[in-house]
Amino acid sequence: MITRRQSLAAAAALAAVLAAGPAGAQEKMKVVATFSILADLVKNVGGDRVEVAALVGPNGDAHAYSPTPADAKTLAAAKVVFANGLGFEGWIERLIKASATRAARVVASTGIKQRKMEDEDHPGRIQTDPHAWQSVANAKLYVANIRDALIKADPAGKSAYEANARAYTAKLNTLEREVRAAVAKIPADRRKIITSHDAFGYFQAAYGIAFVAPQGVSTESEPSAADVAKIITQIRREKILAVFLENITDSRLLKRIAEESGAKIGGTLYSDALTDAKGGAPTYLDMMRHNVRQLATALTT
Amino acid sequence: MMLYSYLIAPFAEFEFMRRALIGMIALSLGAAPIGVFLMLRRMSLMGDAMAHAILPGAAIGFLLSGLSLYAMTAGGLIAGFVVALLAGIVARTTELKEDASLAAFFLVSLAVGVTIISIGGTNIDLLHILFGNVLALDNETLVLIAAITTLSLAILALIYRPLVVECVDPGFLRSVSRAGAPAHIAFLALVVLNLVGGFHALGTLLAVGIMMVPAAVSRFWGRDVTTMILIAIACGMFSGYAGLLLSFHSAAPAGPAIILVAGALYVGSVLFGRVGGLVRQLVPRRHLEA
Repeated sequence: MITRRQSLAAAAALAAVLAAGPAGAQEKMKVVATFSILADLVKNVGGDRVEVAALVGPNGDAHAYSPTPADAKTLAAAKVVFANGLGFEGWIERLIKASATRAARVVASTGIKQRKMEDEDHPGRIQTDPHAWQSVANAKLYVANIRDALIKADPAGKSAYEANARAYTAKLNTLEREVRAAVAKIPADRRKIITSHDAFGYFQAAYGIAFVAPQGVSTESEPSAADVAKIITQIRREKILAVFLENITDSRLLKRIAEESGAKIGGTLYSDALTDAKGGAPTYLDMMRHNVRQLATALTT
Repeated sequence: MMLYSYLIAPFAEFEFMRRALIGMIALSLGAAPIGVFLMLRRMSLMGDAMAHAILPGAAIGFLLSGLSLYAMTAGGLIAGFVVALLAGIVARTTELKEDASLAAFFLVSLAVGVTIISIGGTNIDLLHILFGNVLALDNETLVLIAAITTLSLAILALIYRPLVVECVDPGFLRSVSRAGAPAHIAFLALVVLNLVGGFHALGTLLAVGIMMVPAAVSRFWGRDVTTMILIAIACGMFSGYAGLLLSFHSAAPAGPAIILVAGALYVGSVLFGRVGGLVRQLVPRRHLEA
């Protein structure tokens, strides 16, 4: 039989444990990044002093994300919120309001040279292309912004953040050299692919591989003969050597298109999200290397 | 010139269109006659039922050896045969009619198939893989369809006589011959064979549709079985050709476009058909006068 006194004592003990909890754990600054790629950058700059939570995790689509109550809780506990900006996460403003968080808000893409692109859902409408991280030069800017924001929120860690940012920027420099070297090996007249991703505008501007949008097939519905004919004609006309068409889920149809147009079928390109640790792109560095490798294999052989 | 660019150029220019057309012609040759017999035996909905019944076999084939055309075809064939045979045996030995026993077996089979797919737990959407695409016929698939059609026509020629007699007067056939039961089983096997072939190559809608709709059309134009079969085959081929053109010139997906053309032919036949069409019935012909 549990008496009232016993249950009161238990409740008191529980309260004490709860109160002691945070103090007992090693004190890390909690910050939030809106999506996995940004979270990876923040992790690299923050190092041991920072605990990063990504609202949209690996393999998630930040464009079409709808926040959950748990996200509001995560936000409320955070000291800094990192967002990509450029209209990438349309939902973040409302979420910040709803969570009543006092976290500092940082737009990681501040200072980059913006590109315009056509709106996916409304052809003809021009909007800012948010996928700025696809150029490594921009990623270095992201890193600088993240470093400054972290120092502002946690001045005691200034030297650590600066050292981390320096080390990671060095890695980014190596990466950028690798990317340029890989692209340089592809003959200039072969640097053109068809892909349904619309996320490579910055990559194209920085490294000179042309990404052509497929005409016709735009949805996951069953394509019509007209769609298939359009793509084949386009590939032949523009002499495109490789297709990366992930929205055609029917591998047999993809094979048919490739066979008939003479183009090669490329592998997976990662654009908006990292994969989990088992996938091909668990970090930003891995992602960029993976993409370049895929492009180089498809275009040189 | 206009006509050429509308009617022929798509096929001259694109190999996938030619392949789709050849696939449709072959499929019509095999499936349409079978549809006519199914209709005459009042088993028109059986095709639909069988299309579901082959799911567990195809799923097991997929789990055992991945995305192999042959493994999935073999699995589908076995599952289809088992269901058809069991349903036939129950119908012939008990009070239950064939359609009812088939309904029971195909639903159980479908449940088994869905269970296997779920337990197998592959991330790939198996249903998506199971449904073929008429625009993506590779050599393997074309050969499979052609082989199935050839086999179907040969077997149909062999069992043609008992099959026709059993459609018209099963009692008479039983009294003069023992060929009824074997012919029936062979016929069921052909149904399964054509469905499985069409299923992997073209998808369920197309496989069942190209079997049954032309058969229904032929009923309005022919009075004897031979005429009906010829009309059904012609209707199937025309639907394939016109449907592919429709899909080429509009944005309609190819499979549904083909069946839509067949459906339009069906509506036209219901209205204007020579045998029992509605307009014919409304406008009475003069009676023969003695």
